[in-house]
Amino acid sequence: MNIDKDLVAAMATPLVLAILAEGESYGYAILKRVRELSGGDLEWTDGMLYPLLHRLERLGHIRAEWGVSPEGRRRRNYRITASGRTQLAEQRRQWDTANRTLGNLWHFAQPATGV
Amino acid sequence: MNVNSLDSLETRIGEWRAAVLRGRAVDEGDADELEAHLREQVADLETAGLSGDEAFLIAVRRLGQVDQLTAEFAREHGDRLWKQLSLTRQDDTRQPSLLVMLGFAFAAAVILQVARVIAESTDGTFTWFIRDTSIFVLPVLAAYFAFSKRMPWRRVVALAAVVAALAIAVNLYPFVEGASTDLLVSIHLPIALWFAVGAAYVGGELRSSARRMDFLRFTGEWAIYYTLIALGGAVLVSLTLLVLTPISPEATDVVSRWIVPSGAAGAVIVAAWLVEAKKSIIENLAPVLTAIFTPLFAIMLVVSAVAYTVSGVWRDFDRELLAGFDLLLLVVVALVVYGISARDATKRPERKGTGMMDVIRLCAVVVAVILDALVLASMFARVGELGFTANRVAALGLNIILIVNLIGTAWLLVRQMAGRAPTVRLERWQTGYLPVFAAWVVFVVLALPPIFGFA
Repeated sequence: MNIDKDLVAAMATPLVLAILAEGESYGYAILKRVRELSGGDLEWTDGMLYPLLHRLERLGHIRAEWGVSPEGRRRRNYRITASGRTQLAEQRRQWDTANRTLGNLWHFAQPATGV
Repeated sequence: MNVNSLDSLETRIGEWRAAVLRGRAVDEGDADELEAHLREQVADLETAGLSGDEAFLIAVRRLGQVDQLTAEFAREHGDRLWKQLSLTRQDDTRQPSLLVMLGFAFAAAVILQVARVIAESTDGTFTWFIRDTSIFVLPVLAAYFAFSKRMPWRRVVALAAVVAALAIAVNLYPFVEGASTDLLVSIHLPIALWFAVGAAYVGGELRSSARRMDFLRFTGEWAIYYTLIALGGAVLVSLTLLVLTPISPEATDVVSRWIVPSGAAGAVIVAAWLVEAKKSIIENLAPVLTAIFTPLFAIMLVVSAVAYTVSGVWRDFDRELLAGFDLLLLVVVALVVYGISARDATKRPERKGTGMMDVIRLCAVVVAVILDALVLASMFARVGELGFTANRVAALGLNIILIVNLIGTAWLLVRQMAGRAPTVRLERWQTGYLPVFAAWVVFVVLALPPIFGFA
């Protein structure tokens, strides 16, 4: 399935934050998790993840630290911060609203009440 | 996998890494990160049964085309390498050619000379000429940016209208001979026009914090280039005079009336062009300068604060001293702004706690606030005794604006050092403050003279 570019871009931030909310991770592992979650439907140019991670770091939503991979290579690990969790909660509210609205139209079995 | 294909894989990864690093937005750390990603992907694909070459091709494709990738890095790390902006934003920005730049520089010089000739031939006094000097030069710079950044026509017209309104208003004001409001206007008008240059520089994207930050950087770097050109020019002029005066005594006159003003006007445009064209040179210089002068200013501020409190002289300040303090605070704000903008530009280490530089910066800001509070207190007492004059209002207003800015800066620095606020907050505070400065400057230019009867 081909998902619209803009939609992928809009999903990217909450997706990355939500994955990091599960625990500290690094670039390749985050992408693997995305692929796993979407069953391969969400196609992402892998490299674009890194500018996004750096932007989130600059905004203070995540924190980066150099670590070492099991193979002994330098690896940048990312951790979510308190401000990142707030941001994630906010994004989640918005996505819930979007889901609910479209769901109502398309008769998904979704409660029409607030979150 | 045999040894041969392992070799070729290493070579190809090396080549790919070099290609990625060619986009200057990508630093070594980023390249490490991307390379680690590539290697892991290749390894996974090989486990799935692909050959080394196949795995490499697919992994590289998944990472994305190198130019798109580096362009994306450039967008995020505009600070690190905004010299690249002209490359990544080819659609709306381009570096004008040398000829175009020289054309604008020539135009600035010609306009200034025409005005000077008119001034000399009409009233022989130079009051309006001196007040208006910035009107002859800075709008040309704004036009140059409007042209090179391809500013949309509507915005150009709006900006031109604002500049024209300022220029006309200032020249219609019936200033009294030797009025202090006239002098205030001559000081503040260039700054007001510099904000117009800024509007053109950001191509009319006034609300973008990142673009405003670019403009702040540009301002600092332009000042450095202009100073360097002025120094070179001074050497050139004095040597010319030294050589020519013995054979023709009028040389001094020609040089001071024609060469120096034209050169000074043209250099405004040339410096702006150099900032963009020779970015990497100045980009390395500005952080070094702030690194040198921030500690020195901190020491100077501490010493003066101690001296003033001990001696108690601060009870009777006069206006000149307050104006001096305005300048001092401006310098402190500038050091902080260039300090924070340079921090990201030089390196992005993993921000381990608080750097020594942060402490020094905070120290400078806090002492500057204390020192200025002392000055303000005495100034208020004085205004109470002597009433308001245009000069006092101008000096006091700027002082209050600066001290509020510095208090906000100190607070954000503390939060940043405690790890509670990212650097970007401080940047936003400074860029968000620009309209306050602009509004104040316009107020001094347009409203103060009528309020004080053009005296």
